[in-house]
Amino acid sequence: MKPIVDIQNVSLAYDKELVLEKVNLQVFNRDFIGMVGPNGGGKTTLLKAILGLLKPLEGSIKFGEELQHKSIGYLPQVKHIDKKFPITVFDVIRSGSMMKKQSLRKSGDEIRKAEVLLEEMGITAIKDKAIGELSGGQMQRVFLCRALISDPSLLILDEPDTFVDNRFEGELYEKLKQLNKQMAIIVVSHDIGTISAYVKTIACVNRHLHYHPSNKISNEQLEAYNCPIQIISHGKIPHTVLKSHTH
Amino acid sequence: MQELIELLSYDFFRKALLAAVLASISCGIIGTYIVSRRIVFISGGITHSSFGGIGLAFFLGLNPLLGAVVFAIFSGLGIQYFVQKADVREDSSIAIWWSLGMAMGVIFIFLTPGYTPNLMSYLFGNILTVTNTELWMMLSLNVVVLLFFFFFYRIVLYIAFDEEFAKASGVPVELFNYLLITLIALTVVLNIRVVGIILILSMLTIPQATANIFTKDFKMLIVLSTVFAFIGTTSGLLISYFANIPSGATIIFTLVIIFAGMRLINYLR
Repeated sequence: MKPIVDIQNVSLAYDKELVLEKVNLQVFNRDFIGMVGPNGGGKTTLLKAILGLLKPLEGSIKFGEELQHKSIGYLPQVKHIDKKFPITVFDVIRSGSMMKKQSLRKSGDEIRKAEVLLEEMGITAIKDKAIGELSGGQMQRVFLCRALISDPSLLILDEPDTFVDNRFEGELYEKLKQLNKQMAIIVVSHDIGTISAYVKTIACVNRHLHYHPSNKISNEQLEAYNCPIQIISHGKIPHTVLKSHTH
Repeated sequence: MQELIELLSYDFFRKALLAAVLASISCGIIGTYIVSRRIVFISGGITHSSFGGIGLAFFLGLNPLLGAVVFAIFSGLGIQYFVQKADVREDSSIAIWWSLGMAMGVIFIFLTPGYTPNLMSYLFGNILTVTNTELWMMLSLNVVVLLFFFFFYRIVLYIAFDEEFAKASGVPVELFNYLLITLIALTVVLNIRVVGIILILSMLTIPQATANIFTKDFKMLIVLSTVFAFIGTTSGLLISYFANIPSGATIIFTLVIIFAGMRLINYLR
């Protein structure tokens, strides 16, 4: 089987400081990869490289046939969104298909598709609200709709579980599990305890990338990967605490 | 009322009124983009540096508005270039271009022999002396801005909202950024006649702030800003005429009064 994304020996620097060094990762159809690692370890940088927003210093990122027309759905970190921007929920969702060359060229189709997504996500009522009036969970649903409107074959989510409550977090990962039947997913999270119940494999990113081909991972393995996140469980809700990061 | 009808029979006043309408439309649209994208101060830098172009044009005996346009576009690109390529902080880059333009304007006008142009009318505007040529230029600008936003409304909205997402979707973001900077430069310079270099920033922000009280939708913000800009410029123009005070400053003052009034009405509702 051919990968849909093939990352070979990619190194990337910000302001001359190396963030990623000789990273390799292959993403296949129906993969569900949980990406973990300390803050500043390069997770977002790697996602941006896949999206074509950052150019690697060396190495290559190749796409399989499914992604030749560039249908990658992207949910960025919400903290970079301007909450006071004068835009409605519906327009945000429609923006997800701004340059798609496929079936969504007609705006009628785009509008219908956006309405279906609103319905599926249970947020039809907030369709005409301004983006700044939403709660954290509603905001994430809206950005998930935006990522999905282009019918992506790869969905990339950067910390979709920030600013949301536990109930929404569970719903979100159930939704992703459903979506995984149709598309590959890469999700960045700090909450390895929660995501390990849903993802199929784990990638630890801390300058280097260690691929762990299962969703079961222990503290010792994370340490060995130089990915110091501690898994703590108390009660039914798994928790993680980030340890100070050692080199 | 009698006086008002009499006033409308004067050619200079009809021109001033037309200038107010044209300024309201272009400032309503471009201002909404500027405010939404939080690039008010970049626009301030572009505006003030255009003064250098006015000075240079006088010194060389060229059309001052042409000089202003060239300087405005050049500084708009220069601000971005400093940030992206020369590792200068954005607000510092804005300040450098802002003051450099003003300084060059002063030097060139000082060096211009003989007739010294009326600086005040460029700095503070004088809508009552707007010429036919200037009206034609303002009309052309309105056509260009309206057409641009008609065809690229959604792309402009999406880039302004989330530039990175637009880039990831394959939109030629850099190209649009340059086109929009150019439109800002043109809008600023061609509306200098109405309220002047120092006050034009308010035409691009106060009507938007007023409109923002009533709507959080980009398209409605454009429409309402244009309406509030129109009300402010025309009533400001009339007040300045009857009270015999400077028009540019009166227009800004009226815009602020409208903003405060609307805030109060909204608060009491």
